[in-house]
Amino acid sequence: MKQLLTGDEAIARGAYEVGVRFASAYPGTPSTEILETIAEEYSGDIHAEWAPNEKVALEAVIGAGMAGARSLAAMKHVGLNVAADPFFSLAYVGVNAGVVIVTADEPGQFSSQNEQDNRNYARASMVPMFEPADSQESKDMLADAFRISEDYDVPVLYRMTTRVCHSKGLVEFAERQNLALRPYTRQIKKYVATPANTRPAKVKLQANYARLKEYSNTCQWNRIEMGSPAIGIITSGDCYLYAREVFGEDASYLKLGFTNPLPDDLIRQFAGQVQKIYIIEENDPWLELYIKAMGIPCTGKELFPRNGEMIPEVLRQAIYGTPIPQDPELAEALINRPPTLCAGCPHRGFFYELGRRKNIMISGDIGCYTLASGAPYNAMESTLCMGASVSIGHGAQQVFDSDPDNKMRVVSVLGDSTFFHTGINSLIGVAYNRSKPITVVLDNRITGMTGQQENPGSGLTATGDVTQAISIPDLVKALGFEHVRVIDPNNLKQVKETLDWAIALDEASVIITRWPCALKKRNAFDEAEFAGAFTQRYTVNQEVCIGCKKCTKTGCPAIVFQTAIKKSSIDPEKCVGCSVCAQVCPVQAIVLEA
Amino acid sequence: MQTKNILLTGVGGQGTILASKLLTEGLMQEGYDVKMSEVHGMSQREGPVLTHVRYGSKVYSPVVEKGRADIIIGFEELEALRNLDYLRGDGQGIVVLNRARVNPIGVQNGSDFYPDKIEALIQARAGKLLALDASELARHLGNVRVMNIILLGALVRQMGLEAIDWPAIIAANVKERFIEVNQKALALGMALEAPVQA
Repeated sequence: MKQLLTGDEAIARGAYEVGVRFASAYPGTPSTEILETIAEEYSGDIHAEWAPNEKVALEAVIGAGMAGARSLAAMKHVGLNVAADPFFSLAYVGVNAGVVIVTADEPGQFSSQNEQDNRNYARASMVPMFEPADSQESKDMLADAFRISEDYDVPVLYRMTTRVCHSKGLVEFAERQNLALRPYTRQIKKYVATPANTRPAKVKLQANYARLKEYSNTCQWNRIEMGSPAIGIITSGDCYLYAREVFGEDASYLKLGFTNPLPDDLIRQFAGQVQKIYIIEENDPWLELYIKAMGIPCTGKELFPRNGEMIPEVLRQAIYGTPIPQDPELAEALINRPPTLCAGCPHRGFFYELGRRKNIMISGDIGCYTLASGAPYNAMESTLCMGASVSIGHGAQQVFDSDPDNKMRVVSVLGDSTFFHTGINSLIGVAYNRSKPITVVLDNRITGMTGQQENPGSGLTATGDVTQAISIPDLVKALGFEHVRVIDPNNLKQVKETLDWAIALDEASVIITRWPCALKKRNAFDEAEFAGAFTQRYTVNQEVCIGCKKCTKTGCPAIVFQTAIKKSSIDPEKCVGCSVCAQVCPVQAIVLEA
Repeated sequence: MQTKNILLTGVGGQGTILASKLLTEGLMQEGYDVKMSEVHGMSQREGPVLTHVRYGSKVYSPVVEKGRADIIIGFEELEALRNLDYLRGDGQGIVVLNRARVNPIGVQNGSDFYPDKIEALIQARAGKLLALDASELARHLGNVRVMNIILLGALVRQMGLEAIDWPAIIAANVKERFIEVNQKALALGMALEAPVQA
């Protein structure tokens, strides 16, 4: 049977076919759908769970592998930074049943904070790496990835990119291999990473890495495809597809799918068969520097861009000088469609009020609420990585407070899922070191930006089973914070008074806003807690409206300002009745629809 | 056969995802090699969505190149304009345009103006423009949401894909109670020819 699958769905299918029994992930574009698909389609055979962060996901997978089950962790590229600590040492310690770590890189940075190239992790750790080019390979290479992991006693890195994750192609299915659990035996010298044990383990890792050269030179994933010998292209992942598209039979290809360690013999053989070598790869000159170090002349980043995707038009421009079509008349006519907080988003009311404050530093985080850094809120002045809002805020507050004349207060803002991810560690730092920032957890009862995943506070697991909903206020109080308030972010008066209260305190405080994401498919708990939410609509009484545009400063996409008559109106298709605009209106022109 | 390039463009919630799913299923059943790539912003409501579909005897890249799309289906006018530089540069490209506007926030709050003359800009670059109010047509069929399938029907006709058993593909991919209205929508779209009117 053949089906059209995305690369992410193909990995989920592959995990099923190769007998994976345990999978864990933290949501992150473009990797999210791997675990989602496993949870939806294969949870009868594979235990699928969301971890609070990528480090926890990988460690759980390591434990599952030790206990004898083939296991898979999935994360976006920056997620591997979080999981880097177990990752590097796991390379030394090795595995029992196979362990594969999927990293989804983002050439072009569609929705990430950086464009780091995670192939560097493979070389730095001596962990073998696969780079599928399309959906079929995303599934098929997984069989070899697990076999290599077990045969060479090492975890395997599976490097995807956004285009491979999110493109669909035809995939041929196979049956599931039903593998018995590998027996767990106590092997203290293997699993206890102390210097005495890991010094020899490193030697073993190096020896296995050297042995893998043979596999790299001979495996089906690294192959020469001869066309014209005038141009030889060495490439990996989806770049192969783009190169093939542009050059067709006018070039020869060394297509690499297993890229760590690289196949030296095959590279030399290919170099001997072609006249001019181009290295086509996204992000870093990772293949290029290696091949140049082998003494093989080749052309790479001096010709091809170092940033963004190597899509066909980019390659054509680099090699043939063909300009990428640009139409000034169209560019002139276009306007932007910037992302906005949705109508009814619970972040709106909070940031509307926060943005009006003076003498505060707003330390932000990763989520939909990062949009508060833009107009009309301008209520976030730093975001860096998951959980950093609280710790950056803590450091800044300590320094502001070291100057008795400095009255700056820090407000650190992060979402519920980000709080559980790593914000909690940062908040422990605040408690322990007795600083006094104001920490705000925007609890919208779900992980929003990645498309509605459950999290430790939401009360459901990845597979939709009821579980304990961890209470953020209780957790915070357990750390010793005395000043903790839970508020309704749509109630502007309450938000304002709570900010006044927190700023006036000369101690740390934690504010938790609690209202569901407007896009959340509300469960029975939500229906009980937020009865009546999203059922009303507001409308503008245009006889009363004075055209002051204050309502538009809420940034709500449901509000339409009619320039011709200088009056606001509300799109009834979009309004879900959060009432923020009605509270902002100075003349009470915005009223509940009858 | 030379690979064909299709682009579907609109905003979240307009049904581009179902339309492209049905399209790729049909192409697959017809025996073509098919690749599809979808680019969308973050998960907020009404973000831009751009879907690339390529089919032929052997397809490598999943993305359509700028200047090489055989046809663009614009579910929303501004997004059609935004991606018009994907259309074939030889004046032979086809554009199916839904006369629908979803205002970006700047237009909503009065700080921006929705571009006019979009159809004229398309006309000047396309070999054929089929502009229609698919939502209005869908409303006449009794379900405004099937406007995406009307647009799919227009695409099927323009690309000469009528031989594929679309009613069966619809039946296999949509909920029972919506099968008939979707099949009607497809037939309606397939019956539209290009009365180019700017």
